[in-house]
Amino acid sequence: MLKIEGLTATVDGKEILKGIDLEVPTGEVHAIMGPNGSGKSTLSYVLAGRDGYEVTGGTATFNGVDLLGKAPEERAALGVFLAFQYPVELPGVGNANFLRTALNAVRRGRGESELDAMQFLKVARARMKELSMPEDMLKRGVNVGFSGGEKKRNEVLQMALLAPKLAILDETDSGLDIDALKIASDGVNALRGPDFSALVITHYQRLLTYIVPDRVHVLMAGRIVRSGGKELALELEASGYGAPQAA
Amino acid sequence: MNQVVHTGAEGFLHRYEGLKDRLPGARLPWLAALRAKAAESFRAQGFPTRRVEAWHYTDLRQVTQATFDEALTLVEDDIVLPKAHTANRVVFVDGRLRSDLSSWPTMATVASQIGRIEGRVMLPAEPMAALNTMLFEDGMLLNIPAGTDAGVLEILSIASASPRPTAFHLRHIVQLHQGAKLTVLEVNQGPDGTRYLHNPVWQVEVGEGATFTHARLQQEGRLAFQLGSIYATVAARGTYDNFTLNAGGRLVRNEIHTTLTGTGATCHMNGAQLLSDGQHADTTTFLDHAAPGCASRQTYKTVLTGKSRGVFQGKILVRQAAQQTDGYQMNQALLLSPDAEMDSKPQLEIYADDVKCSHGATVGELDGDQLFYLRARGIDEATARSMLVRAFLQEAVEGIADETLREALDSAVQGWWERQP
Ligand SMILES: Nc1ncnc2c1ncn2[C@@H]1O[C@H](COP(=O)(O)OP(=O)(O)OP(=O)(O)O)[C@@H](O)[C@H]1O
Ligand SMILES: [Mg+2]
Repeated sequence: MLKIEGLTATVDGKEILKGIDLEVPTGEVHAIMGPNGSGKSTLSYVLAGRDGYEVTGGTATFNGVDLLGKAPEERAALGVFLAFQYPVELPGVGNANFLRTALNAVRRGRGESELDAMQFLKVARARMKELSMPEDMLKRGVNVGFSGGEKKRNEVLQMALLAPKLAILDETDSGLDIDALKIASDGVNALRGPDFSALVITHYQRLLTYIVPDRVHVLMAGRIVRSGGKELALELEASGYGAPQAA
Repeated sequence: MNQVVHTGAEGFLHRYEGLKDRLPGARLPWLAALRAKAAESFRAQGFPTRRVEAWHYTDLRQVTQATFDEALTLVEDDIVLPKAHTANRVVFVDGRLRSDLSSWPTMATVASQIGRIEGRVMLPAEPMAALNTMLFEDGMLLNIPAGTDAGVLEILSIASASPRPTAFHLRHIVQLHQGAKLTVLEVNQGPDGTRYLHNPVWQVEVGEGATFTHARLQQEGRLAFQLGSIYATVAARGTYDNFTLNAGGRLVRNEIHTTLTGTGATCHMNGAQLLSDGQHADTTTFLDHAAPGCASRQTYKTVLTGKSRGVFQGKILVRQAAQQTDGYQMNQALLLSPDAEMDSKPQLEIYADDVKCSHGATVGELDGDQLFYLRARGIDEATARSMLVRAFLQEAVEGIADETLREALDSAVQGWWERQP
């Protein structure tokens, strides 16, 4: 279970998260919606451990383990995975080398054996086929020259390979075409099960028809202001977020 | 007994006076005259100081304040050699051939052929090359006949351990005739505890349609000075491919002069400088486009840790005759420490009007977003950093097609990285 209590955080001295309370029980998928600039990505970065995002109060634990004091790679080893809203390009780092290094790091953390190049290729090819990704993407630099949609698919591929326990998807649907949206959603749904939880950040109700959430939360100005069932997404789609509430 | 200590240029001139009757080819009038002329040139110029424009960023006082002795190794001395990268290797110890340690079927050296190379030993104007001409004892002599593929040869220069600083000046002379091919892996090493000066000069002549691939691993000992120069000419449709890895030494200068003399000649000068605390490395290139339709590519990458200093100076001269020149020069530095410093000075001098020439220089640090992306995928910080450093070097390295060279280079980069604190 992901448990966030009273979480406040600043970026460059500016308070962005103003007391977040949120619980995602193991096995559930929760959606977060909210206006631009409300702090959704900030929350995801704070959970993943990005430098420059200073936690000023509150706690965040995953299965009882404090996340906030840990290095990003330690969080990944615990099973936390962030699909970036803006995936980073790594010129000169081959995608295959990157994916294998990441997979083996996570496997080591789980006490599993490392995969050699051949074993890795077999696994990677199978996952790429499921995601309708051309194989030559393995040979290219990580995200270098990828289209917006291809970058998002590469995030989903990483998620599929690393098989996290908690996936935070930050607008993974933005930029995906209709078919890709369906394929990416299948990728998330394939991981669903009693040991998997997800936090799905999105602006669009449509994603949530593919990845049906157990709960929907609305984040505004650094706070969760509303929570409800999946029908809340439909309601928001129809009526919008309304005027921002006074902080 | 009183001993006069000679330092700087005076020390080397003094040594020349004492040695000149015993140097290889001392009895050949043409060579004795050439050495005397070199001595005159070196006496007039001395070691370059920072007042000389080409040496503005590199201060040689560490070298000029030291006294250097003759290396005293004997032919029968045992010396531990690094593992060979190729089947054919020629070994020079302290600037002298060790045929007993070498394996190369058609081995000819400058000293062994000294009676037959009249007119082929250059005396360049630069003081370090003059010093080399004055005192060289040996070097590789490679004469590749037209249409021959001579394969891959490793040339190892190694310094022996010595309680007193030593100096040696290898002179390598390479000539590829029409359509010939040769790959040289040049490895320069020495013990970490010995102060020595290695001042090699390469003369390279690439004939029409010939290809010379020249990869260099500069891994001199930690206290060593290496001040090396290459003088290359490339005839029509010929290719000179140079890659230099500067990873060792305390004070290092890699100076390359290449002249493209025939239509359609190509030159690649790439390199990486991997610098740790206390090191100074300077790459200075002069690219002379003297004929039409030639292409030159230069990509140099410097990674600096600790208190180290890197220099890149690159001048491209496009003469009036050199229409349709395609020139590219990129020089990038990655500072991994706040105490490191990089100076770079690109220079274009263009007299032709139909020319495509570009250059660029960047200095930066590791990208925090990239680092976080890798770490968020479970990759530990040290591994993530090393992946990004390698990625930074990738562009300079990727032109190396030969597997042997690539592996040698990869393990040199890996070795450097593992030595970092
Ligand atoms: N380095 C920074 N300095 C100052 N403000 C910042 C910095 N980084 C983010 N912010 C601000 O923090 C706020 C929250 O940004 P965040 O990216 O979390 O929003 P979001 O909810 O993900 O928006 P979107 O829906 O557009 O992706 C924004 O107002 C943004 O401008
Ligand atoms: Mg966002």
